[in-house]
Amino acid sequence: MLAIENLSTTVDQNTILNSLNLKIKKGEVHAIMGPNGSGKSTLSKVITGHPAYEITGGKILYHTNQGEIDLSELEADERAKNGIFLSFQYPVEIPGISNYSFLKECYFNLCQSQGIKAPSEEDFKDLILSKMKILQMSEKILERNVNEGFSGGEKKKNEILQLLLLNPKLAILDETDSGLDIDALKIVADGINQFRNKHNSVLLITHYQRLLNYVKPNFIHVLQSGKIVKSGGFELAQELESKGYDWIEN
Amino acid sequence: MSKVLDERLESEYKYGFYTDIETEEFPKGLNEDIVRLISQKKNEPQWLLDYRLKAYRHWCTLSAPDWQYCRVPELDLQDLYYYAKPKQKKKYDSLDDVDPELLETFEKLGIPLAEQKRITGVAVDAVFDSVSLGTTHQEELEKVGVIFCSISEAVEKYPELVKQYFGSVVPYTDNYFAALNAAVFSDGSFAYIPPGVKCPLDLSTYFRINAMNTGQFERTLVLADKNSSVNYLEGCTAPQRDENQLHAAVVELVALDDAEIRYSTVQNWYAGDKEGQGGIYNFVTKRGMCKGRNSQISWTQVEAGSAITWKYPSCVLLGDNSTGSFYSVALTNNKMQADTGTKMIHIGKNTRSTIISKGISAHESENVYRGLVKIMPSATGAKNYSECDSMLVGDRAGAITFPYIDVKNPTASVEHEASTSKISADQIFYLQSRGLDRDQAVSLIVNGFCKDVFKTLPLEFSVEAVKLIEMKLENSVG
Repeated sequence: MLAIENLSTTVDQNTILNSLNLKIKKGEVHAIMGPNGSGKSTLSKVITGHPAYEITGGKILYHTNQGEIDLSELEADERAKNGIFLSFQYPVEIPGISNYSFLKECYFNLCQSQGIKAPSEEDFKDLILSKMKILQMSEKILERNVNEGFSGGEKKKNEILQLLLLNPKLAILDETDSGLDIDALKIVADGINQFRNKHNSVLLITHYQRLLNYVKPNFIHVLQSGKIVKSGGFELAQELESKGYDWIEN
Repeated sequence: MSKVLDERLESEYKYGFYTDIETEEFPKGLNEDIVRLISQKKNEPQWLLDYRLKAYRHWCTLSAPDWQYCRVPELDLQDLYYYAKPKQKKKYDSLDDVDPELLETFEKLGIPLAEQKRITGVAVDAVFDSVSLGTTHQEELEKVGVIFCSISEAVEKYPELVKQYFGSVVPYTDNYFAALNAAVFSDGSFAYIPPGVKCPLDLSTYFRINAMNTGQFERTLVLADKNSSVNYLEGCTAPQRDENQLHAAVVELVALDDAEIRYSTVQNWYAGDKEGQGGIYNFVTKRGMCKGRNSQISWTQVEAGSAITWKYPSCVLLGDNSTGSFYSVALTNNKMQADTGTKMIHIGKNTRSTIISKGISAHESENVYRGLVKIMPSATGAKNYSECDSMLVGDRAGAITFPYIDVKNPTASVEHEASTSKISADQIFYLQSRGLDRDQAVSLIVNGFCKDVFKTLPLEFSVEAVKLIEMKLENSVG
């Protein structure tokens, strides 16, 4: 699915990622853990194409139906059209645009670019409502402007709603667990588990183990100073939780 | 209609074509003889000729205004034609007799005039250069007593109504361009809604400037009698030319007791090319008089055309409890300049006004909001709410707000809110990460910004407005 090879990036001339390597296969869930400032969020933005991050070395190879492509040549929207999705740590407000029309615009636009027949308005509504039910969201959220005045929990649920609706091939979830209470965390994790299948992949970015208790990853990687310094299975998360990130450094 | 408009608006300036038709023009330049000639050509009564001459003589004493925040090149008003009309053998009896080439022109603009193709629900008065070609749906309107025709026809058929109200809201002494218009106006639209009638159709004037070096000076007069209501729509386009052209119109609205007028404009004049060459100078005086108690006038404008826009659709709130509103989206791109806004003059008791202005500036354009809220000593209990928001697209455009507030009654309440924002890179990235491209992202953000104004437009117009804004903002974020 995704192969990152010797990736280095800078933002405002500061090196954030330094020869990073990562391989994610179809059907796998990977988790990236690491202390603040280790480059976790940068990694998510580089993969999805934020224009502020400059790639200074290496490649991000992504497998599509047309074969392997280097993502760094694509604009963010083209990456999204190829099935890459980012759940934002801080979802952005779009004043004046209702959440419903935003979701509809995104969904119909993707249908069009992927040559899929768009559903009728009614079927689309049913589709959204069925996904909202999984996330226990109130219908009222469709009428409100995108992320405007949403609580932290509502914002994160709304990101996962988009994940379920747009159904990408590779989902990158940047600190989706931050700002969630324990009930919301379970609901959101449930949503992510509903999304998972053997044809898609998930990259979870998190500080803590708690989300990983509900969404079990196949691999865990520890990111430090822009490099993956340790990889392992689920037991690595437990070890980190008890010993802290300093344990790796020593 | 929207489908036709969609196609029309897909690329740059699709209305830039020129209709090659023989025109009858007066000699270039302006003097008393030209004024007399226009009046004579139109078989006008003496009172109107006298009015024109008074206006002309007054205009001669004025000089062009220079207080606006635009760089207006000196206009040589002697180098313009003041009258241009498509040559025709005889007077048209009906619109179906109009030269096929002219009908085709309007069809290309998305405004079919021929009987069988007309847009349902909208009656159109089509103004081509200096004359009105005709008005659709007249029989249907007559049934309920609504008069909708060219102003020339109204002068002939309804002299009392015209005489009473013509120039009563915008006198020729009002300003330089109003005086000029009063002297040389050629045609325009007239509407009268009788007492108690809700106009069954939206009324609409479509202005087309075609001839070269011609000024368009039309007048619109809309009268809503007691307890009547009407929606009025106005659209405009012009061919793409390297020279600048002048459009100096006057629009007067009068609402009597309990009457309501909603006037919407989508302005899409040719705005010049990327370097600022060519385009229309749009110097227009629009004003509504809420003459009666509980009367309401609302202006909605989407300004997306003109090299220079200089206009302030205003309301004089004379009747007690009358209401004035101004909803505006002004978009400037390339080297366009706009100095636009409104005036709300509160005279009657408990009068209310609302101003919602959204300015969007892209490229190297300058976008100015200028607004006056004036509360006269008699306007006890008057209320105003103003909101002026500016959005900058890119880093070379300018947005400026000049609010003037003048309160002479201690019981009045006036609120003013203003904001300036930029489309943030994070907003664009967020939308792009959902698969929308840069232009789609910008247009979604801008639509959200303008929502409060767009929702006041009639549906067909709001579709057109959205498309227009999208088209103008293409490739504006680097």
